[in-house]
Amino acid sequence: MALKSEERTTKWVSFVFLTVVAILWMAPLLWIISTSFKPEGQAIQLPLRWIPETITLENYRNVLGDTEQSPIFLWFGNSLFISTLHTLLVLIVDALAAYAYARMAFRGKEIIFWTLMATMMIPTVMNFIPLYAIVDAIHWIDTPWAMIVPGLGGVLGIFLLRSFYEGIPRELEEAARIDGASSLQIFVRIILPLSKPALVTLALLTFLGNWNDFLWPLIVTNKVETRTLPVGLSILQGAYTTQYAKLMAGTVLSALPVLVLFLFSQRFFVKGVSMSGIKG
Amino acid sequence: MKTSVPVEPNLQVSAARSPKKSRTFTMQSITPYLYIAPHLLFFLIFLVLPTGYGVYLSLHDWDLLRPAKFVGLENYYDIFFNKDSIDYSEFWNACWNTFKFVIFAVPVLILVPLLLAIAIDTKTWGSGFFRALFYAPSLLSVVTAVLIWVWMFDSNAGLVNYYLAKLGITGVAWLADLPWAWIALVIITVWWTIGRNLIIFLAGLNDIPDDLHEAAKLDGAGKVSRFLNVILPGLRGPMLFALVTTTIDSFNIFGQSMVATQGGPGTETKTLIMYIREAAFGSYRMGDAAAMAIVMGMFMLIVSVVQFGWINRDRSGRKRRTQAE
Repeated sequence: MALKSEERTTKWVSFVFLTVVAILWMAPLLWIISTSFKPEGQAIQLPLRWIPETITLENYRNVLGDTEQSPIFLWFGNSLFISTLHTLLVLIVDALAAYAYARMAFRGKEIIFWTLMATMMIPTVMNFIPLYAIVDAIHWIDTPWAMIVPGLGGVLGIFLLRSFYEGIPRELEEAARIDGASSLQIFVRIILPLSKPALVTLALLTFLGNWNDFLWPLIVTNKVETRTLPVGLSILQGAYTTQYAKLMAGTVLSALPVLVLFLFSQRFFVKGVSMSGIKG
Repeated sequence: MKTSVPVEPNLQVSAARSPKKSRTFTMQSITPYLYIAPHLLFFLIFLVLPTGYGVYLSLHDWDLLRPAKFVGLENYYDIFFNKDSIDYSEFWNACWNTFKFVIFAVPVLILVPLLLAIAIDTKTWGSGFFRALFYAPSLLSVVTAVLIWVWMFDSNAGLVNYYLAKLGITGVAWLADLPWAWIALVIITVWWTIGRNLIIFLAGLNDIPDDLHEAAKLDGAGKVSRFLNVILPGLRGPMLFALVTTTIDSFNIFGQSMVATQGGPGTETKTLIMYIREAAFGSYRMGDAAAMAIVMGMFMLIVSVVQFGWINRDRSGRKRRTQAE
């Protein structure tokens, strides 16, 4: 019985601790939502109010309406196009390559694969200046391609998918091969459907990484209309320096899509992060 | 294309000698390369080529317009020894700033998620909700996360100073004074990024067999002793992984100081990536910037190698349970 009551205490202590931290974690999010619905004058009024005195949509209307200074829909569209296409291409390119590394025998396989893995050690900072020069030389500055294509050379997806493929029983492929299926047919009809969870996980991680990237899009875009959402948001900061209500409306708008996405796909994120973490 | 009629495996071996079969054999032997080719192409152009080209650039002076001029190791010499060069003081200032951030932030970025993971692992009420909540901010872009906190840390109407005042503590100019700017940057980073380490630790805790806890309890081990003898050793792998990746991420700090402090006050929170970007795209000194990026990369590599050495010593030192999943 002593064990039972000790367990109960532990649970209570944990709960209180987690609740306190949770309040600290939630406060900033709730606070910007509150601010974004206040008239500009009330946003900086003391004493602070969690529930706005007057609730207004004016900030959202201003931020979304001012297409000169803050073309949020345009930035959102840019980000959506870039991240979606990038993710699709990563999935195709990585799924194919990882299959060969997981299942096929060919000369140089080990050397190539471990060379790929070794490049994970190269700090990304060493690449961004020469990469800019390359992207500039092929005239991709201020085009979506600068943000879609270079990341396709990454190796994390291959690493994740290869370890997933290795868990698929070989018997399934053997059976199909005996039935006369070609390597590509086996890949498309058997391997891909079975690796859906891994593909979804990789897709989410890739999409989010690309969607949230800041440094690279900041470097390779110059025009207002080619910016992505994070870079655009940093421009808003300059435009609305002291207008916090408007700035927070923009911030809420930028946070909304990912938080909604998270609500529906939490388990894939959790799996993806622990997968890339533990195996690494 | 379809491979011909199904044959018995042993027949295939003998048949492979006939000319017709040997052609399908070559067809099969290039198939794997077709699978890896698209990725390998991007890998070579956008990962291998830049690495080599970066070294080339670091040996040149180049302003993006006129042809690059070979200067040998001069750019490196300027960084390390030439007290009169532009970069000498600025680079080392940024380097020292970045080191400071790494040293302050990494322990907090490991400890906070560790405590949260242990609390969540007790399977207390709402643990799924807590996990999701602490992970959620890491889905935001750095700009979104930092702007939220710029508002929180506002010296006049910010939430932080307001509640500090309620507790009788006079607020500070969080983003404009030292050491507060650093503390603010660490707080922002903790709020924004602990999710990943939290999940890594939770997965690690999950892998510690329950019997181990039970056995320790039956042996009369107290909480502290169980933490030191069961939890910490069980988490050693995930912990070192978290250490390596968190250190790398902290070296790469850019968005936080770019958006929150613009490197200020003065250049006190200007980080390496900020300075390298400025040299490259502010004053178009691509060669200098490439050299600085390589020096920074080398520092990071050395730190990573030391930390990986730790992991491997850990792996060979103890027989690790094989991952079931």
